[in-house]
Amino acid sequence: MFELTEDQIAIRDMAQTFAREEIAPHALEWDAAEHFPIPTLKAAAALGMAGIYVRDDVGGSGLSRLDATLIFEALATGCPATSAYLSIHNMVAWMIDRFGAPEQRAKWLPKLCAMDLVASYCLTEPGSGSDAAALKTRAVREGDHYVLHGEKQFISGAGASDLYAVMVRTGGEGPSGVSTVLVEAGTPGLSFGANEKKMGWKVQPTRAVIFDGVCVPVANLLGAEGEGFKFAMAGLDGGRLNIAACSLGGAQSAFDKALNYSGERKAFGKAINQFQALQFRLADMETQLEVARTFLWRAAAALDRADPKATRLCAMAKRFVTDAGFEVANEALQLHGGYGYLADYGVEKIVRDLRVHQILEGTNEIMRVIIARALVQRGN
Amino acid sequence: MHIVVCIKQVPDSAQIRVHPVTNTIMRQGVPTIINPYDLFALEAALALRDQHGGEVTVLTMGPPSAADSLRKALTFGADRAVLLTDRFFAGADTLATTYALATAIRKIGETFGAPDLVFTGKQTIDGDTAQVGPGVAKRLGLLQLTYVAKISALDLDNKTIEAERRSEGGVQILQTRLPCLITMLEATNEIRRGGMADALRAARAEVVTWSAKDAGVEDITKCGLRGSPTIVKRVFAPQARAEKATMVDFSDTPPADALIAELFKRQPKLETELATLARGY
Ligand SMILES: Cc1cc2nc3c(=O)[nH]c(=O)nc-3n(C[C@H](O)[C@H](O)[C@H](O)COP(=O)(O)OP(=O)(O)OC[C@H]3O[C@@H](n4cnc5c(N)ncnc54)[C@H](O)[C@@H]3O)c2cc1C
Repeated sequence: MFELTEDQIAIRDMAQTFAREEIAPHALEWDAAEHFPIPTLKAAAALGMAGIYVRDDVGGSGLSRLDATLIFEALATGCPATSAYLSIHNMVAWMIDRFGAPEQRAKWLPKLCAMDLVASYCLTEPGSGSDAAALKTRAVREGDHYVLHGEKQFISGAGASDLYAVMVRTGGEGPSGVSTVLVEAGTPGLSFGANEKKMGWKVQPTRAVIFDGVCVPVANLLGAEGEGFKFAMAGLDGGRLNIAACSLGGAQSAFDKALNYSGERKAFGKAINQFQALQFRLADMETQLEVARTFLWRAAAALDRADPKATRLCAMAKRFVTDAGFEVANEALQLHGGYGYLADYGVEKIVRDLRVHQILEGTNEIMRVIIARALVQRGN
Repeated sequence: MHIVVCIKQVPDSAQIRVHPVTNTIMRQGVPTIINPYDLFALEAALALRDQHGGEVTVLTMGPPSAADSLRKALTFGADRAVLLTDRFFAGADTLATTYALATAIRKIGETFGAPDLVFTGKQTIDGDTAQVGPGVAKRLGLLQLTYVAKISALDLDNKTIEAERRSEGGVQILQTRLPCLITMLEATNEIRRGGMADALRAARAEVVTWSAKDAGVEDITKCGLRGSPTIVKRVFAPQARAEKATMVDFSDTPPADALIAELFKRQPKLETELATLARGY
């Protein structure tokens, strides 16, 4: 797989056009105003980007993970954080498509694919981030309902979303005691913390989600009790590819800006791109991006064919691509000199946005834990 | 209903640069786009199809690379694309272009069903003549409505169409019989955005490609450079007209009053003419 097919090129071009025309012109403004661009996300949904790898009988686009990385990279050239939010929504939609009962698929997916419902993914808690299986939010069954008590932390889209896929403890300790339930906005007892003030990702809200006796019908349990952690991790395999793709798109756009700028900016009597020290850096940045992209596609292709090494490859891709993406974006800022530090040039926003990709959906340390665990256990 | 839309692939004028030394237009590496006027024609055609059913065929004459523009048109929702390409077509002026397009439209009619409507944009951004639409209509013996801003009604049973045509000083509402050719004005609608499914359909679609012979061209001397009597003598940028702006003082009169006073000052007869007119009502 060293060349995209015509289908893939068409998909990518479509997403690129959307990013160029509908996202990029507003990204800085949205960032400054901390505006969550729901109408733009819905416009993307109308084009088939809210259920990218959801089956088409319920309104999904039925595409592959590899296709999705192309779309998220393209969208992220306009705004990495907007693209990343769409990735989270897609991840939840996919979990319902993959693990939901037919009635659940029919009930939720057409609306999720159209983004009539916007979704959030709730795993992290104040006391458990990397060690997600230690989560404490409890769901106790009472008749045909679960009653939820507890708190989720750092939830993207919280407060604005309509549907929350919540990992809760229904059984004993550890991963096997975790289940996934769907909680609708407006359910009594559900409330949200303040919008966190953060370095980047300002176009989407991040809040705590608080469950104080939230009553959820048993029909909203995904799969069986005890399967939730498995679902959450399966969702993240794809999510990590997407987050990596978002880093790639953001970094590519920062690089393009730097390449342009270095041809225009003059110092010591010539364009700064005439200095070899700078040319070498441009060459390295381009190489980093191409290597990252190639490996990301390989990991995505592995997930598409359910390769037994897929989880490991996805972890490698997430770690490598988000690190490379941040470095390239940061270097692009450096090449802009003082202007790179100014908001108007659009590079510092990308740096701020990409920084968190090294932390969320499993920190890059945890990616190493996943990779090493497989190595040490299997001795291969 | 069958609608044929003629589109042209043109250099993106927003990205054309003038060579700093020779002052000539640098076309190399300039990305191509669908002539923006043609997009209004395409959208008008797609909207009619969505409302009344039928098919939209997009047609272009150009080099093999013009297939890109056709594919783009397919992503917007066109049903079929026809590329007319042959070295005999190269260097065509509007006369030769209309000959080739009219021949191809006849062939499209024979192959896919006679068109009820043919759309073109008002003009292209690279030629600016606005001659091709009317020329095609004339050659095909079609009725024509030019500078159309809006299709206000279409009656397929009675084979009539009603359109708003912008003309100097006002809007004409015209009705005519089908089949007819329409040239669309700019900024009359907004081209839709194709979704993922359209992008995939377009990528997989086959662009029907015809040579001069395939299209049924009978007289090759009417094509391309040989069929083009137009001689371009000189290309130049028009001189900017020097017109002075007038400053109007708003400090002690409301703006509207100040402007009207200024107008009457410049057109001394206007005030009395208006007064006479007003008495007539
Ligand atoms: C903007 C933003 C949006 C987010 N959105 C969501 C969301 O929508 N849904 C959601 O569920 N979560 C979300 N998160 C949470 C995110 O996934 C967690 O922050 C992340 O998993 C890390 O958890 P933690 O913050 O608790 O860090 P900790 O787990 O406390 O980690 C602290 C440090 O220790 C390191 N560390 C921990 N364990 C190990 C180990 N075994 N070996 C080596 N190093 C280790 C970590 O890598 C890190 O550097 C979001 C976070 C942010 C910042």
